[in-house]
Amino acid sequence: MLLEVRDLHVEFRTRDGIAKAVNGVSYAVDAGETLAVLGESGSGKSVTAQAVMGILDSPPGRITGGEVLFQGQDLLTLREGERRRIRGARMAMIFQDALSALNPVLTVGAQLAEMFVVHRGMSAKDARARAVELMDRVRIPAAAQRVRDYPHQFSGGMRQRIMIAMALALEPALIIADEPTTALDVTVQAQVMDLLAELQREYRMGLILITHDLGVVADVADRIAVMYAGRIVESAPVHDIYKAPAHPYTRGLLDSIPRLDQKGRQLYAIKGLPPNLMAIPPGCAFNPRCPMAQDVCRTDVPPLYEVAGDHGGERVSACHFWRECLHDRS
Amino acid sequence: MGRYVVRRLLQMIPVFVGATLLIFLMVNVMGDPIAGLCGERRCDPATAAQLRHEFGLDRPVWQQYATYMGNVFTGDFGTAFNGQRVTELMATAFPVTIRLTVVAILFEIVVGIVLGVVTGLRRGRPVDTTVLLLTLVVISVPTFVTGLLLQLLLGVTWGWIRPSVSPQAAFGELIVPGLVLASVSLAYVTRLTRTSIAENKRSDYVRTAVAKGLPRHRVITRHLLRNSLIPVVTFIGTDIGALMGGAIVTERIFNIHGVGYQLYQGILRQNTQTVVGFVTVLVLVFLIANLLVDLLYAVLDPRIRYA
Repeated sequence: MLLEVRDLHVEFRTRDGIAKAVNGVSYAVDAGETLAVLGESGSGKSVTAQAVMGILDSPPGRITGGEVLFQGQDLLTLREGERRRIRGARMAMIFQDALSALNPVLTVGAQLAEMFVVHRGMSAKDARARAVELMDRVRIPAAAQRVRDYPHQFSGGMRQRIMIAMALALEPALIIADEPTTALDVTVQAQVMDLLAELQREYRMGLILITHDLGVVADVADRIAVMYAGRIVESAPVHDIYKAPAHPYTRGLLDSIPRLDQKGRQLYAIKGLPPNLMAIPPGCAFNPRCPMAQDVCRTDVPPLYEVAGDHGGERVSACHFWRECLHDRS
Repeated sequence: MGRYVVRRLLQMIPVFVGATLLIFLMVNVMGDPIAGLCGERRCDPATAAQLRHEFGLDRPVWQQYATYMGNVFTGDFGTAFNGQRVTELMATAFPVTIRLTVVAILFEIVVGIVLGVVTGLRRGRPVDTTVLLLTLVVISVPTFVTGLLLQLLLGVTWGWIRPSVSPQAAFGELIVPGLVLASVSLAYVTRLTRTSIAENKRSDYVRTAVAKGLPRHRVITRHLLRNSLIPVVTFIGTDIGALMGGAIVTERIFNIHGVGYQLYQGILRQNTQTVVGFVTVLVLVFLIANLLVDLLYAVLDPRIRYA
């Protein structure tokens, strides 16, 4: 396995109390594989990614347990200097809003070249040449001229390409993309996703795609992990999930996608709000919003049940009634 | 950019004329300048009239102003009533005040920015609270109190410095007066830098820089500081003019014969030519400093494009 997160716990200590953002998350990605991590805002999907990258805001954030095994090494036991050398070089991250994620006062060329100067000790001139190559690689027209431009002079799609180029610079083994297309126009979204998928195949990188957009996931992901209140509630190969979800929350997400054959009918929405992370409900965190909830859901935290998948591969669901959910496809 | 500079230079003309006219009129209503010339006694009417004619004071104010401005553009700032040329006074006073301002600005840049960065990075920690409290004290205590206190302690009680500065006013002698002159602005620079750093520290591009695996010092200097200093540079730039004109109190305390001292003397003795001349130059300094700040702003922040 390229990356294996095991039983990760992260909490935020704030003035109002302790927010349990990640409560025992485990997932794994192999080289060349794409794992989509799905969930609403506050489900802990970004915080998990930040903990893996080692860029958690701490304080207030704190990793209180678990392991992050990357190429066989537990990153959480490394010192900051060692982790820094891994960041950007062996694992890289793409952020949501490239306009704010790029430094507004430095040229894109300088920001790309910096990777080679810092991690590879290249001269400024060589690093700049590599920056132009990278921009060509992500298909930015007239890269040799545009390398001197500032982020605000690019369109949204081009800026996100620059973010991708920056993450790709040192050919990392793992890329974490945190909602890479959310800030883009729909037409541009597809182009950027295609580019990312193409580069991933070419370099055989592991990709963790964090998103709340189920439409993006279907085409590119191999596996899906659905998160709710800091836990993984369902994890399965992508086709299994779309065919028959084994968790009522996943089903709710799927049912809230607008579909052409449902035209004219009111769009389904999961009732209620995601839980307050300072007071996660006892039992299954989803029980107050769940249409299938029974008494046991309000008392017992469901373990990850193994579900037999159609396509082989591991499939788990954190629902006491996963069987009913799986077969009740009405 | 070139067109922007030209436009800004043209905009300076009405400001310059307005400011100088205002000071010219104010000095004019200050009282009869001739009355001061004859000392304690009342002036002999014939002598007074002759002097008035000599200095052009019998002509209408607008004519006086026009003549004066015409002379200023040929480098002639007139003659003080004691017969000394105003340009001569300026030649001795401005270098002293410029040295004092340089010392003060250096304090603002070095001490202010360093304290601001340190506190901004450690917001809420003891260092931060202490410095914040100190800046509040400095801001709320008037300059003449800090000045006199430092002069008394360092100059008289402990004898570390000479309580009054020699007429040469070398850089070494101006360290303590420079600190006094800078004190309030220094506190503001610290607070401004602190807020700016603390705000930008949480920004997405700093997180990106960390995620790129850059060493901490590089994240701070190249990414965080560069962005955070934009408002600070603006403040310090506009402060140059304020410091040069506002040195009156500091120069009085430490007996520095600079611009503030000459202005003060000029006002006391109703020396119209001196006051108007010095203020005219200060207005120019202000305008040029502001223009430079605006241009520097464009250099620091490429998002600002001047059409």
